[in-house]
Amino acid sequence: MDINDLRSLMTLAAFAAFVGIVWWAYAPSRRARFERDALLPFEEADAPNHGGARK
Amino acid sequence: MAAESTYNYKVVRQFAVMTVVWGVVGMLVGVIIAAQLLWPALNLDIPWLSYGRLRPLHTNAVIFAFGGCALFASSYYIVQRTAHARLFSDGLAAFTFWGWQVVIVLAAVTLPLGLTSGKEYAELEWPIDILIALVWVAYAVVFFGTLAKRKVEHIYVANWFFGAFILTVAVLHIVNSAAVPVTFWKSYSAYAGAQDAMVQWWYGHNAVGFFLTAGFLGMMYYFIPKQANRPVYSYRLSVVHFWALIFTYMWAGPHHLHYTALPEWAQSLGMVFSLILLAPSWGGMINGIMTLSGAWHKLRTDPILKFLIVSLSFYGMSTFEGPMMSIKTVNALSHYTDWTIGHVHSGALGWVGLVSMGSMYYLIPRLFGRTEMYSTNLVNVHFWVSTIGIVLYIAAMWIAGVMQGLMWRAVGEDGTLTYSFVESVKATYPFYAIRLLGGALYLSGMLIMFYNMVKTIAGSKAVDATIPAPASAVHA
Repeated sequence: MDINDLRSLMTLAAFAAFVGIVWWAYAPSRRARFERDALLPFEEADAPNHGGARK
Repeated sequence: MAAESTYNYKVVRQFAVMTVVWGVVGMLVGVIIAAQLLWPALNLDIPWLSYGRLRPLHTNAVIFAFGGCALFASSYYIVQRTAHARLFSDGLAAFTFWGWQVVIVLAAVTLPLGLTSGKEYAELEWPIDILIALVWVAYAVVFFGTLAKRKVEHIYVANWFFGAFILTVAVLHIVNSAAVPVTFWKSYSAYAGAQDAMVQWWYGHNAVGFFLTAGFLGMMYYFIPKQANRPVYSYRLSVVHFWALIFTYMWAGPHHLHYTALPEWAQSLGMVFSLILLAPSWGGMINGIMTLSGAWHKLRTDPILKFLIVSLSFYGMSTFEGPMMSIKTVNALSHYTDWTIGHVHSGALGWVGLVSMGSMYYLIPRLFGRTEMYSTNLVNVHFWVSTIGIVLYIAAMWIAGVMQGLMWRAVGEDGTLTYSFVESVKATYPFYAIRLLGGALYLSGMLIMFYNMVKTIAGSKAVDATIPAPASAVHA
């Protein structure tokens, strides 16, 4: 096999991995988990240290 | 002192203060060299002050001193607060601060002396390169060590961007700086010819992509939600945004070498990947801006949000302009003209500068037990002075650049050049004056920030916030 076949395969594998990531991120079953993850910066002990009350 | 009950804010404070200090220095050098282009006699016939030596001093100071300190400060702050853990090692963190400051001082000494390896954004000679590598490895150990001891399950998206920035810059720096030393202050690149050029711009463009983009996107994903007090618009988009950037940035470099000895296929590949980059860039920009969706009124009253959101508009503008300029036929007009300078500064002043300033305005009061800067009005003044400065700067360079490109390619009926080179220089003269004015405005904004920071620190004392107890980490 030519080294360039390997390179083409690598590109295709990377593309497949990316499509897989998009599917993983947008699967409806993970919606709640990502909404929870987005709140991580708002979990903190020092109330005066953040701009106002959390919604 | 119960070290493990508080975050390590000391190193964050040090880097935050130096961000503002080096910002003033780096931008001052920028204004000086802008003035030299207008009045060449300003080099005073002193070699140390000549344009060719001060220009790399300016780029190194604003990118690695100002931008670098902002990245260290914000990444150390964010990784601790989203990992609910103190920095992995206080000693190593202190080493990264002092080591980085020594690198900056060495750069400020060697570059005016004319000691340079001649690689753009990688001018520093090999002994300094080794020190940079050591500091960077320590940075990676501190950052990833902190993630490893985190008390929460998830790694917040901002940390993914910082992590990618740290890893990639390590690889870029070590590969591109590989050199054969001849004397203590002189070395030759380990690569030759077109390969050397390709390695240099693989480094150069990924320095833009990872040093000047990924890390600052980390700031965006933390400070915009915090300042707007609402979570990021779409966390799922942020995941896709991250991986899309990672998968596409690496091959954009060849667009710096269009119509050179680089193989044609590599040039075309660089162009295609640069065009693809528009998608993740705009995805990220939209994600940041839409975080304010439903709370747009906050932009009217909150100057820190103005900094952060307007920085994203400049990010959107320059990441649209960049792919356009990477198209070979457009590049045939724009390359080697001041259009490139305009493009770089729309990204540097508009995106990197404003997002750093906004982040520091959020950060500095909180490191000193306050919630606001000494004067919010001065933050607002800074915002407008900088924004007007940027617009003057980039508009002048766009006009100058397109004009130069058109003049250089103009030919008469018999195929001879219509203009001599010096005629294009003469035509550029008024635009250099406008650029100087824009740069001076941007510098004065930074001086206002410096004053505001000094007054904020003067009336307060350093505070280290406490780490949330594990029980409170369970989010309802």
